[in-house]
Amino acid sequence: MTSLPAPSATKLGLVIDLDTCVGCHACAVACKEWNDGGDFGPLPDTDAYGKHPIGVWFNRIHSFEVQAQDSQPAMTVNFPRSCLHCETPDCVTVCPTGASYKRAEDGIVLVDADKCIGCKLCSWACPYGAREYSEQRGVMQKCTLCVDRIYNESFDPVDRQPACVMACPTRARHFGDLGDPDSAVSQLVAARGGVDLLPELGYRPVNKYLPPRPRRAGTPCGTPKAASAEAVDPAALSPLLRWVDKLLSR
Amino acid sequence: MKEPRLKLHEPVGDSVKTTTCYMCACRCGIKVHLKNGQVRYIQGNPDHPVNRGVICAKGSAGIMQHYSPARLTKPLLRVGERGSGEFREIEWEEALALATRWLSDIRARNPDELAFFTGRDQSQALTGWWAQQYGTINYAAHGGFCSVNMAAAGMYTLGGSFWEFGEPDWDRTRYLMMFGVAEDHDSNPIKLGLAKLKASGAKVLAINPVRTGYAAIADEWLGIRPGSDGLFVGALIQEMLIHDWVDFDYLIRYTNAHYLIVQNPGAADDGLFARDGEGNVLCWSRGAAVSDPVATGTSPLAKEDAGLMRADAIDISPLVVGRYTLPDGRTAVPAFQLFAERFLDARYRADTVAKETGIDAATIRRIAAEIADVAFRQEIRLPVRWTDAWGREHAEMIGRPISLHAMRGIAAHSNGFHTCRMLHTLQMLLGAIDTPGSFRYQPPYPKGVPPANRPGKFRKPDGTLDAGPLGYVHGPEDLLVDSAGKPRRIDKAFSWEHPLAVHGMLQSVIANAVAGDPTRIDTLFLFMANMGWNSAMNTQGTRRMLCERDPISNEYRIPHIIYADAYASEMVEFADLVLPDTTYLERHDCISLLDRPISDADCASDAIRQPVCAPDRDVRPFQDVLLDIGTRLGLPGCLREDGGPRYPRGYAQYMVEHERAPGVGLLAGWRGRDGQREGTGEPNPAQLDRYIEHGCYWHAAVPESARFYKMANRNYLEWARGLGFVGSTAPIVIELYSERLQRFRLAAQGHGAVQPPDSERERVARFFDPLPFWYRDLQDDDSDAQRYPIAAITQRPMFMYHAWGSQNAWLRQIAARNFLYLHPDTAAALGLADDDMAWLESSNGRIRVPVRLHSGTEPGTVWTWNAIGKAKGAWKLAPDAPESQKGFLLNPLISEFLKRSGNGDRYANADPVTGQAAWFDLRVRIEKADDGENQEHDA
Amino acid sequence: MHPALSVIFFTTLSGAGYGLLFLFGVGIASGLWPQLPYEVIMPMTIGFCLVSLGLTASLSHLGQAQRAWRAFSQWRTSWLSREGVASVVSFLPVFALAWLYFTPQIGGRSPLAQRVLGALLVLCCVVTVYCTARIYSSLKTIRAWHNVFVAPGYLLLAVYSGGLWLWALAAWYYRNAASGLDRLGLPPLLLGAILLAALLATVLKLAYWRMVDHDQGPSVASATGLTGEVRAFEAPHTEENYITREMGFVVARRHAGRLRIVAMVAAFLLPPTCIVLAVLFPALTWLLAPLALLVGSLGIFVERWLFFAEARHVVTLYYGAQRA
Ligand SMILES: Nc1nc2c(c(=O)[nH]1)N[C@H]1C(S)=C(S)[C@@H](COP(=O)(O)OP(=O)(O)OC[C@H]3O[C@@H](n4cnc5c(=O)[nH]c(N)nc54)[C@H](O)[C@@H]3O)O[C@H]1N2
Ligand SMILES: Nc1nc2c(c(=O)[nH]1)N[C@H]1C(S)=C(S)[C@@H](COP(=O)(O)OP(=O)(O)OC[C@H]3O[C@@H](n4cnc5c(=O)[nH]c(N)nc54)[C@H](O)[C@@H]3O)O[C@H]1N2
Ligand code: SF4
Ligand code: SF4
Ligand code: SF4
Ligand code: SF4
Ligand code: SF4
Ligand SMILES: [Mo]
Repeated sequence: MTSLPAPSATKLGLVIDLDTCVGCHACAVACKEWNDGGDFGPLPDTDAYGKHPIGVWFNRIHSFEVQAQDSQPAMTVNFPRSCLHCETPDCVTVCPTGASYKRAEDGIVLVDADKCIGCKLCSWACPYGAREYSEQRGVMQKCTLCVDRIYNESFDPVDRQPACVMACPTRARHFGDLGDPDSAVSQLVAARGGVDLLPELGYRPVNKYLPPRPRRAGTPCGTPKAASAEAVDPAALSPLLRWVDKLLSR
Repeated sequence: MKEPRLKLHEPVGDSVKTTTCYMCACRCGIKVHLKNGQVRYIQGNPDHPVNRGVICAKGSAGIMQHYSPARLTKPLLRVGERGSGEFREIEWEEALALATRWLSDIRARNPDELAFFTGRDQSQALTGWWAQQYGTINYAAHGGFCSVNMAAAGMYTLGGSFWEFGEPDWDRTRYLMMFGVAEDHDSNPIKLGLAKLKASGAKVLAINPVRTGYAAIADEWLGIRPGSDGLFVGALIQEMLIHDWVDFDYLIRYTNAHYLIVQNPGAADDGLFARDGEGNVLCWSRGAAVSDPVATGTSPLAKEDAGLMRADAIDISPLVVGRYTLPDGRTAVPAFQLFAERFLDARYRADTVAKETGIDAATIRRIAAEIADVAFRQEIRLPVRWTDAWGREHAEMIGRPISLHAMRGIAAHSNGFHTCRMLHTLQMLLGAIDTPGSFRYQPPYPKGVPPANRPGKFRKPDGTLDAGPLGYVHGPEDLLVDSAGKPRRIDKAFSWEHPLAVHGMLQSVIANAVAGDPTRIDTLFLFMANMGWNSAMNTQGTRRMLCERDPISNEYRIPHIIYADAYASEMVEFADLVLPDTTYLERHDCISLLDRPISDADCASDAIRQPVCAPDRDVRPFQDVLLDIGTRLGLPGCLREDGGPRYPRGYAQYMVEHERAPGVGLLAGWRGRDGQREGTGEPNPAQLDRYIEHGCYWHAAVPESARFYKMANRNYLEWARGLGFVGSTAPIVIELYSERLQRFRLAAQGHGAVQPPDSERERVARFFDPLPFWYRDLQDDDSDAQRYPIAAITQRPMFMYHAWGSQNAWLRQIAARNFLYLHPDTAAALGLADDDMAWLESSNGRIRVPVRLHSGTEPGTVWTWNAIGKAKGAWKLAPDAPESQKGFLLNPLISEFLKRSGNGDRYANADPVTGQAAWFDLRVRIEKADDGENQEHDA
Repeated sequence: MHPALSVIFFTTLSGAGYGLLFLFGVGIASGLWPQLPYEVIMPMTIGFCLVSLGLTASLSHLGQAQRAWRAFSQWRTSWLSREGVASVVSFLPVFALAWLYFTPQIGGRSPLAQRVLGALLVLCCVVTVYCTARIYSSLKTIRAWHNVFVAPGYLLLAVYSGGLWLWALAAWYYRNAASGLDRLGLPPLLLGAILLAALLATVLKLAYWRMVDHDQGPSVASATGLTGEVRAFEAPHTEENYITREMGFVVARRHAGRLRIVAMVAAFLLPPTCIVLAVLFPALTWLLAPLALLVGSLGIFVERWLFFAEARHVVTLYYGAQRA
C-alpha cells in the first residue's frame, strides 16, 4: 500500500565504496542474472542482438571524473547506481495502485507486478533512476535488495546476501542493517563518512556511498625517511668506489 | 491493504554442478545451478582458490554465451568463394574424413606444411603434444601476440614471470607499483588483492597513460608516455644506486651480481663469465680468499686478503665492483659493476628522462625514495624457520614489502623484453623477489633460467618431432634456422629475427604464408583465434590475404584453412572447413600445471571442466575431435601398441591416462592407482570423480617454511621436486646479467659455430645486450614521429573478453560501440569536442572514429576499448548493429611489418628478441572529420 | 522529460473539457443560462466528450490498462489516484443534469436541484483539474514542475480553453442572429473574462519561464556525493535505456525559445485578437470564434509540449547534466 509504513527499526540497504570500485560491472550483471531467472523476473531485453538493444537492469555502473584540483591530478571515479531503498521515497506515495510499496518489516522498497498498471509515475518520482519500466511486461521493475536471497532458508547462510554483493570482486559493496548503529555497515559508514545522494530532495536514502579517499602522493607512512637519512652525494664519491669497501656475506 | 506475500524461500534450481569458468582465461571456480536441465544461475565458488566466490561480469553473463544465437551448430564446408561466408552443413564423418585426408597427405609429404596455431586456448598441453606427434615445427599458441615479452623476460631472468607465473604478496605488501595493467588474466585475484591493499592501507601506484579501472582506484597515478617505462625505471635504478638503496646481500646470495665477467672486446669470451678449469663461475671475494683461493690474481682495488672464489660458494664475501686480473691475464669485472656503470650514466638521470616519460624529475626522485623507504625502513621479519638451498638454517624470513606488477603496457611494445627485464633488475636491487611482501612465484615456478626444454627441431623415424615445438632456446645452436641461417618456422620464431620467440608468432603466420616467406604451407589449422579480425594486425589486409590466390595456379595462397570455433566469429567466414566446438559448459577441459597453471603463491592448483549440460546441437569438443583426427592419421601417441585407438573415450580419457613421463600427466591431483599420490604417480581411473567431488579443482598448499625465497629455499625445492616441478634442489640463480643473451651477441660478432647471416648481425648484436637497456619503439623513425605524433593504445574492458562479448545479449548492452578517448587539452588543440568525428591516420591506414574527452588520459596518448568493433554480420548480430556501424578497431592502423630496413628485410612489427607483437607502438595523427563524410575503414 | 502525446492530449483535452463543463456549471448554478435544450445539450456533450477523450488518451499511456480500476485505491497519498477518482465523480453531476433536463416527465424541471448540481459540477471540475496539475507539481524530481505556478496555470488554461469552446459554440448558435451584437454569441462580460484569462495566463507563463530559466537545481556533485568539479565520463550503456528515453529528453534551448513564442502568440495573443476583431466586426464572429478556438488549442498544445520537453529530471545528472 502506498502510504509509507511507520519507520522500521531495521533498515536494510547497501553501502557502496567509491574508493575501491573499479567499475567492472560484475555487480550489475550478477544482479541481472539473478533477478532475470528469479521471482521478480524476467528482466526483458528488446532487440537483444540488433540495432537498439535495450533491457531492464536494476543496477547500472557509471563513471565520472573529478577534474584536477591543486596537487591532485584528475580522478576517475566509478559509480554504481541502484535503488537506495529510501526512507521517505515519493516513488511509493505517488503510486495510484499501491503496487509500489515499502516493506514495514525491513524498509525494502518493492513493486508488486500483479498490481502495477505501468503508469510510470513512480519512475518520474525517483531521483536516482532506480526504476526501469518493461515494455514487454507493461510493468515497472526495480532492485529488490535480493529479498528472495537474503532470507532464503533453502540457501547456505553464506549465500543469504544480495547477488551483487557476493559478486563484487573488490568487495566494494556491503549489505546490512543501517538501522542498527552497531552493525558492520553502520560502523563503516561512520568511519568513512558515508554520504547520502541528493540529500536536498529529502528522500532520506538508506543506501550510503563511501567517498573516495584522498589520493596520496607519499608513502603509506608519510614522507620517506630513506631519502634524507641515507642520501649520499654521488658527486663527492662515485658509488663504484664507495662499494669497494662493502663487506658482504653470501 | 496488506503487503503481498512473497516467495522468499525458493531454491535456486533443482541441481547444482561445479566446474571452471571460461568466459576468460582467469579460470575461476563456478557453481552452475540448473533448473529442469536449463542453466538458471552461475555463481562464484566460495571454496575456489582463484576467485574465492566472487564472479565477474563476464562470468555471470556466461549464461547468455551458453545460449548465444551465434553458437555454431554443425560442421561447415565452404561452397562459395573464401570470405563470402557461403557454407554447406556437413556431417561430422565427412568433416573428419576430409580433414584427415588433407592432413595425411601433408604428413606424408612434409609435416611442416601444416601450420597449427591456437589462440585463447588453455589446452596447449594437448595441442602442443599433438603437433609434436604430427611432426610439424609450425605450431604455437597465442602468446606471441599476447604477452610473451613478460614471459620471456621473466623466464630468462628469474625463472618465473609477471604473466601468470607470479603475483604480489597481497597480504603483506605495503606498496604496489602497477605498470601497464588494465585487467590482466588474473581478473578476479587482482581485484581481490587490490581490495586487500585498500583494507591494509598499502599504497597503490599506477604507472599508466590512462587512469581507469585499477589506475582509477590507485593512490597515485603517473600518466606515463607509452613506450617510455624503460627510462622511468632506469631513472629509479639510478636513484637506488646513487643513494645506496640496494640490498647487496640479496644480490650476491640470489643473483649473479658478483659473477666476474670477462672483459675481452672482440674476443670469443668477451662478456662471458670467468670460469675455472671445471667450468665453475668465479667471483672475487674477501675473507676465506687466502686460505683457499682457486687461483691468485691481482687487483688495484683489493689489496687485502682477497682472491678468486667459486661464485656459488657460500660463507664468502664477494666484491660487486672492481677490475680484476684473472690468472691467465684477462681482466674481469663483477656483473654488478657493469650494471651500475650503465645505470649511473646520464642517459638515465631523472632530469634527462623527464621529458620523454612525461614524469618530472622531482616525482621520479620522490617515488624512488618512497620505494626505498618501504623496502628498507619497513622491512618485514616473519618468524618462520627455513633452510636455504645450501643447508643453512634461518630463524626468520626477511621481507621487502614492495611489489611490482606489470603486463601488456610493458609487453606490447617492441622494447618490452628489455623494459621488463629492467623491472626485474629493479626488484633485485630492492631484494624484492619472492620475499614476504614482494612479488612471489606461483608454483610450479620458479624453474630453471630458462627451463631445460628446448624447441623440437628434427623428426624421428616415426615422424614425430624430437621435442615439443615450443621450448626455450638456450643458445644459437637451438635456433630453428637452416644452413643459411634463414628461418625454418613459418612465423620466423626461433630465427635470428626473433630468437627468443618462446611462444611463437601467430600474428605473422598469415602474412608470411601468403608471401611464401620463408616457405609456403598447405594447411592453416586454427583453433580459437579470431585471426580474421581483432587478433590480426592490419586487419583489412589480413582479410584480403586470406582470400588471395596465386595468379598462375589460381589456387588460394593458403590452400586449406581448417578452423575450430564455437561461435560465428569473423574468422569462420575465411575457413574452408569449420569444426564447431561446444561451449565451456558442455565439455571436459583440463587446466593443467603443464600448461598455464592457476596456482597462487601459497598453493599449487590445477582444475578441470566437466560438462554440466549436453549440447543441443551437432557439435563436438575440439579436444575430442583433435584426438579423433590424430587417431585417424595414425599418430603414434594416439594409437595403442596393437594399433587400436589409444583414447577412444576422447579427452576425458586422455586427461586421466596420458603420461608425459612415467607418472607425470595433465592432472596432478589424486594420482596413483588408489588416488593417494599428488603431483606424480600412476594414472588413477577414478581421478575425474575425485576432482568433481572436490569442486573440480585440486590444490596443494606450499609448506609454511617453503613459501618464500623459493629459488633458494631447500624446504620449497624439496617439496617442488616431490611434486615433479623441478628436477633438482639446486638453487635457481636470478640473472642480473644474462650470459645467455651475450652468447647471441658474440655469435653476431662472428664467434661460435652458429652465426647469423650477415644481414642480421647488426640487429642481433644490438638487441642481445646482456644487461637491460631502453631504446625507442622500432616503429617511429624520426620522419614518422613528426607526421604521427600521438600514441594510440587500447585497453581491455573489464566486462568483455576480446571478440566474444559482443554476441552476449547482456554485455553488449554495456558497450555496443566504442569511442576514441583523448585529453581535453589535446582535443582543444585539434578543435575536437565530445562526440565529434575524427580521422585517425597511421602509416598503415585511416579510420573515422567518434571522440570523447577524458581528463585521466596522458595528453600525448589516445585510447579506446579493445575489440568492441565487429565485422558486419559476424557474431549473428544484425547488419545494422552498432558494433559494426559505429564500433571500430585500432588493428587496421597497425602494420604487421616494420618498414623495410636497410638490409631489405621486412621485420615483423614486434620485439626483436621475443617476437612479441608491438600493438602499442602505434602512432597516429588526428584530424577533425566534417560530418558529411560517411564512415568507412579505408585501411 | 519525454513529451508523450498520450499525456499531452490527456492534459489539454480534459483541461478544455473541464473548463467548458465548469463554465456550463457556473451558468446553471447562477441560473443565467442555459435555457433552451440545445443550449444545454451542446456544451454538456462536448465537455463530456473532451473529458472522456482525455481520459482515454491517458489510459493508452498505461502498460496494463485493464487494471486501471486499481488506480482509484490510493487517493490517500497519490494525486494520480485522486485525479482518477475526481474525474469519475465529476461525471455524476453531468449525468444527473442530463437526467433532469431531458426526462422532464420523470425528473421534471427542478430549478433548485439544477442549480445545486451545477454548483457541484463546478466544484468537481476545479478539483479534478487541480489534481491533474498536482500529479506533476508534486514531483520534487522535476524543478520545472515542482513549483507554485503549475496548479494555477492548469486551472487558468482550463477555463480559458473552455471559454474558447463556449464562444465558438455560442457564435455558432447566433450566427444569424438579428442584431449584429447578438452575433457575438456571448455577453461582453464573458468575453471580457476570456480576455482577462488570457492576460493572466500570459503573465503567469512568463513568470514561470523566468523562474525555471533562472534558479538552479541540484548539482552532479550532490548526485554523486563527490567534491570538486565533477563531470560524467562513461555511461553504464552506450545505447539508450528506459531512463534516458523517458527522462533524458530535453529540448534544445534555441528550439525551445522559438516554440515559446509560438505558444504565447497562438495561445494568448491570437484568440484575444479574434475577440477584439469580432467586437469590431460582429458579422465575422461565426468565422473568428472557431478560429480563436483552433489557434488557441494549438498554442496550448505547444505550451503543454514544452511543459514536458523543457522539464529536466534530476536523474539527468547521472547522464551528463551539470545541474537539474
Ligand atoms: N588492437 C589490439 N589488438 C589486440 C590486442 C590489443 O590489446 N589491442 N590484444 C591482443 C591479445 S593480448 C590477444 S590474446 C588477442 C586475443 O584475440 P583472440 O585470441 O582471437 O581471442 P578472441 O578473439 O577473444 O577469441 C578467439 C576466438 O575464440 C572463440 N571461442 C570462444 N570460446 C570458444 C570455445 O569454447 N571453443 C572454441 N573452439 N572457440 C571459442 C571465439 O569465438 C573467437 O572467435 O587479441 C590481440 N589483439
Ligand atoms: N575483461 C577482460 N579481461 C582480459 C582480457 C579481455 O579481453 N577482457 N584479455 C586477457 C588477455 S588475452 C590478456 S593478454 C590480458 C591483458 O591484460 P592487460 O595487461 O591489462 O592488457 P591491456 O588491457 O592491453 O592493458 C594494457 C594497459 O597498459 C597501458 N599501457 C599501454 N601502453 C603503456 C606503456 O607504454 N606504459 C605503461 N605503463 N602502460 C601502458 C594501457 O593504458 C592499459 O591500461 O587480459 C586478459 N584478461
Ligand atoms: S531510490 Fe528511487 S526507487 Fe528506490 S526508494 Fe528511492 S526513490 Fe524509490
Ligand atoms: S508504474 Fe506501477 S508501480 Fe509505478 S506508480 Fe504506476 S502503478 Fe505504481
Ligand atoms: S541488491 Fe539484488 S536486486 Fe538490488 S542491485 Fe543488488 S543484486 Fe540487484
Ligand atoms: S562489482 Fe564492485 S567493483 Fe565492480 S562495479 Fe560493482 S561495485 Fe564496482
Ligand atoms: S574472471 Fe574470467 S574466469 Fe573468472 S569469472 Fe570472470 S570470466 Fe570467469
Ligand atoms: Mo592476450
